[in-house]
Amino acid sequence: MSNDIFVITEHMDEKFSDVSFEMVGKAKELASALGGQAVAVALGSGLSANGFASDSTIYVDGANLAQFNPEAYGKVIEALVKEKSPRLVMFGWTATGMDLAAWLSARLGKPCAAYVKNIGADLTMTCQIYGGKMSADVSPDGDMAIAAVLAGSFPVEAGQGSTAATQIESPVALDGLKIKFVEAIKPAAGDVDITAQTKLVSIGRGIGSKDNVELAEELAKKLGATVSSSRPVVDAGWMPRTRQVGKSGLKVKPKLYLMLGISGAPEHLEGMKGAELIIAINTDKKAPIFNVAHYGSTADLFEVAEAMLELL
Amino acid sequence: MNIVVAIKHIPSIADDLPVKGNNVDFDSVDFVLNEFDEQSIEQAVLVKEAVGGTVTVVGVDMIGELDAVLHLALAKGADKAVKITGDDPAADSHQQAKWLAEAIKGMSADIVFAGVQASNDLDGQIGPMIAAHLDMPYIGGVSSVEVAGDSAMVNKEFAGGVGAKYSVSLPMVVGVQAASKPPRYAPISKVRQVAQTATIEKIAPSGEAGAGLTFKKMAPPVVTGHAEMFTGSSKEVAAKIVELLKSKGLA
Repeated sequence: MSNDIFVITEHMDEKFSDVSFEMVGKAKELASALGGQAVAVALGSGLSANGFASDSTIYVDGANLAQFNPEAYGKVIEALVKEKSPRLVMFGWTATGMDLAAWLSARLGKPCAAYVKNIGADLTMTCQIYGGKMSADVSPDGDMAIAAVLAGSFPVEAGQGSTAATQIESPVALDGLKIKFVEAIKPAAGDVDITAQTKLVSIGRGIGSKDNVELAEELAKKLGATVSSSRPVVDAGWMPRTRQVGKSGLKVKPKLYLMLGISGAPEHLEGMKGAELIIAINTDKKAPIFNVAHYGSTADLFEVAEAMLELL
Repeated sequence: MNIVVAIKHIPSIADDLPVKGNNVDFDSVDFVLNEFDEQSIEQAVLVKEAVGGTVTVVGVDMIGELDAVLHLALAKGADKAVKITGDDPAADSHQQAKWLAEAIKGMSADIVFAGVQASNDLDGQIGPMIAAHLDMPYIGGVSSVEVAGDSAMVNKEFAGGVGAKYSVSLPMVVGVQAASKPPRYAPISKVRQVAQTATIEKIAPSGEAGAGLTFKKMAPPVVTGHAEMFTGSSKEVAAKIVELLKSKGLA
């Protein structure tokens, strides 16, 4: 057993994601409190992983690791963790980390906390669950734990540095994989780019039905804005995926973000919290969005939108 | 093709979540189907319609009210419904995944679907843990599944419309982000009819597993800021918003 903190970093198109650096920064703080090392772990093929401020960086290079593959990545990470016995393994609560953290926990029989927003020096983890409505402090039992960390929880800069990575080959054989990467899928072209808009009227589940989207469209038109939405609206088929804001959608930073019927789950906040002016209309007075929005109202969104149309 | 859908019955976040001790007061909350499970059930039925087979929906009965959820799944096209008589509203994802994996072991599953996440996945999601217990590959964040022979082509979403296509040999566990079509609607009359005729198989829970987490505190998040709230009638609120936008040159 060691007091090392492992950070499983992630990258796309040879660029490491912000959450990777955020976690490395936090890992340094924790490692220094626990008397261990902050170890960045990167998997890829022909990748340069020399940009972290970690105490050391392990870079596993292999042809099967060029693109994210949950099976191949899982096998490599499991082997490394078994060999090095870190105190804590950090993943991003992201499209990639979400495939691995709970899987590794069940494989190793070690505790796992998800939706992690903060980690204390005693490894108490603060988790934002129930769509951001509740915050749970939990403490992992035993000598090894896994954390799946929400992006945007820690500063990026603290994890940026120039530690030279130590390149190794995969510690396990990666032939006979059941999952094979076939090809990348690029965003569908042709629709407006919501990341380039200065004003967005964004609709959530509270819009109620596809027919009501028209009201948001009218309001957006009057404001010179574009309609964007939260994920459930897209999953219901009411809006195209190109308009989705949030973790699995796009990150936007408009001058105006007018939200109709969006509760503000952590996944949505990740995509819009940098907007200059956030106005939220939601009938649930305890909706987490009111902790982030600059202005808010619990009035009926349809009545407010109709009344705004008359005034504009 | 044996298609299995593992579902979670979870506290509704539409209302307030009262706290008792260091956890949610499960006696005082409504339980609902995890929203991602609606997508997962739809994707399972779509696969059945494309290649044939049976869809079995299985979940842990957290508070003795899972029948209504299972009836809805059957009305939407599932063929069989199984409930694990957990009767422990505090059972965590680790415990549920273990019980579900033990139940699924006897089903000769070719594909197991699960929702990609649930809002109460404090200790991680059931999908990857079921995969670990059954020694099957897991891929999550999936928005379409096409089965051909003994493998499937799945689309996994990363972010912003960027994704990747993967080929996976069956059997496998899939974490569904969104079905390739929006979930179908089941009319109340059909759900009622199903409720009167369907049999739900009951299984006793088998296997022990725990999250290994000690709860220290559960509370609404400590916030540093709060929105300035506009009050009054809807018309007054609209007027205040328009005034604000005009003052900032945004309207």
